[in-house]
Amino acid sequence: MQISITLNGKKLTEDIPPELLLIDWVRRHGCYSVKRGCETSNCGLCTVFMDDRPVLSCSVLAARADGTRIETLEGLQEEAEEFGTFIASQGAEQCGFCNPGMIMNTIALFRENPWPTEEEIKEYLAGNLCRCSGYEGQLRGVLAFLEKRRGGGGL
Amino acid sequence: MMTIKEYVKVSSLEQAYELNQKRTNRIIGGMLWMKMGKEKIHTAIDLSELGLDTIEETKDEFIIGCMVTLRQLECHGGLSDWSGGFIRESVKDIVGVQFRNLATIGGSLFGRFGFSDVLTAFLVLDTEVELYKGGRVSLEEFAEWKPDRDILVRVIVKKSKGERIYLSHRNTKTDLPVLTIAVSSGENGIKIAAGARPQRAIIVTVGKICGREMTGSLEEIEKYAKELASGIPVGSNMRASAAYRSHLAEVLIRRGLLALNERKSSLERGCQDAD
Repeated sequence: MQISITLNGKKLTEDIPPELLLIDWVRRHGCYSVKRGCETSNCGLCTVFMDDRPVLSCSVLAARADGTRIETLEGLQEEAEEFGTFIASQGAEQCGFCNPGMIMNTIALFRENPWPTEEEIKEYLAGNLCRCSGYEGQLRGVLAFLEKRRGGGGL
Repeated sequence: MMTIKEYVKVSSLEQAYELNQKRTNRIIGGMLWMKMGKEKIHTAIDLSELGLDTIEETKDEFIIGCMVTLRQLECHGGLSDWSGGFIRESVKDIVGVQFRNLATIGGSLFGRFGFSDVLTAFLVLDTEVELYKGGRVSLEEFAEWKPDRDILVRVIVKKSKGERIYLSHRNTKTDLPVLTIAVSSGENGIKIAAGARPQRAIIVTVGKICGREMTGSLEEIEKYAKELASGIPVGSNMRASAAYRSHLAEVLIRRGLLALNERKSSLERGCQDAD
């Protein structure tokens, strides 16, 4: 079947098998930040934006994404860069495997709620699992980033 | 991994219904549970272009399309105001935002899953489901049926007056629940649902308190909770034993009833202050 998806601003039309998952489709197009982690729709590693909403690309058929805009971390470099340095500065990325999914979902959080409370941050990022860090580093990174945005802090 | 031979975005419910009569065809909701299976699906039926992804609020009810996501339910201002945050509370621990942006209310209720927060919560509301061929039936009745080849098109929630409390227990924050309890108090008295038993959610019908006005001291509430919990059929699975679930049921029902009482008292206090 034929689908047409706008991936990171570029419209792509191609034939796919009906059971192809969106994660496999974006990786075929070089978006290797999108990773397969748990296979049970639990870990958030495969987060992409589908028409601006964060979704698990491991659980969406590419066929359903037909006609949508898909964004991956590769297409959001600028938005991600500044925030990513705050995560790194807190030593939050150890193996780094969860990081792209975590950053994608944090961008989604900031777009939805530019000034989240600590509780709101924890709740929004609950679907992103990290097996190294215990989440404290990521939380500190997000809070430090917000502090900087308020004009009060830095790296 | 499941396999799919053909994929059809249907243009009408009739087309979807006809396709769905074939045993090897499947309607795809959020697909989150389905994708974990190994089914060989001939035709995947996608309802996403039928405009069933909206929540309509009228004077008397909410009309929720089957493709509305759990995240839409969570963020809907009207539902949140009317239910006092009950709907949001019932879905907010289901995995993560990315998951809830995919999972649909239609899939959650049609599946009548034994772990469903959504089914537990909507059972204590005045809820009906609209089936394409079967028409409108109460969710309570629908929850007892075996899945058939009809299509759940909409969920209708009447704006009954009352208070509602949702409680669940999970071994880890975003895991499937070990037990879910929803409690409501309205014009028809107290209503309690128990889910993740680990069988599908049910309305708790035993006990003197059900269907009556809530008036109780702490001792009475504890007595009711014990009596109600003892009547809930529970089982064991990898998350918890039946005995643990039974104990949890008593605790959560007690907390739910106490919270209802507290809310009722504060409302009464508020009314007195206003007078």
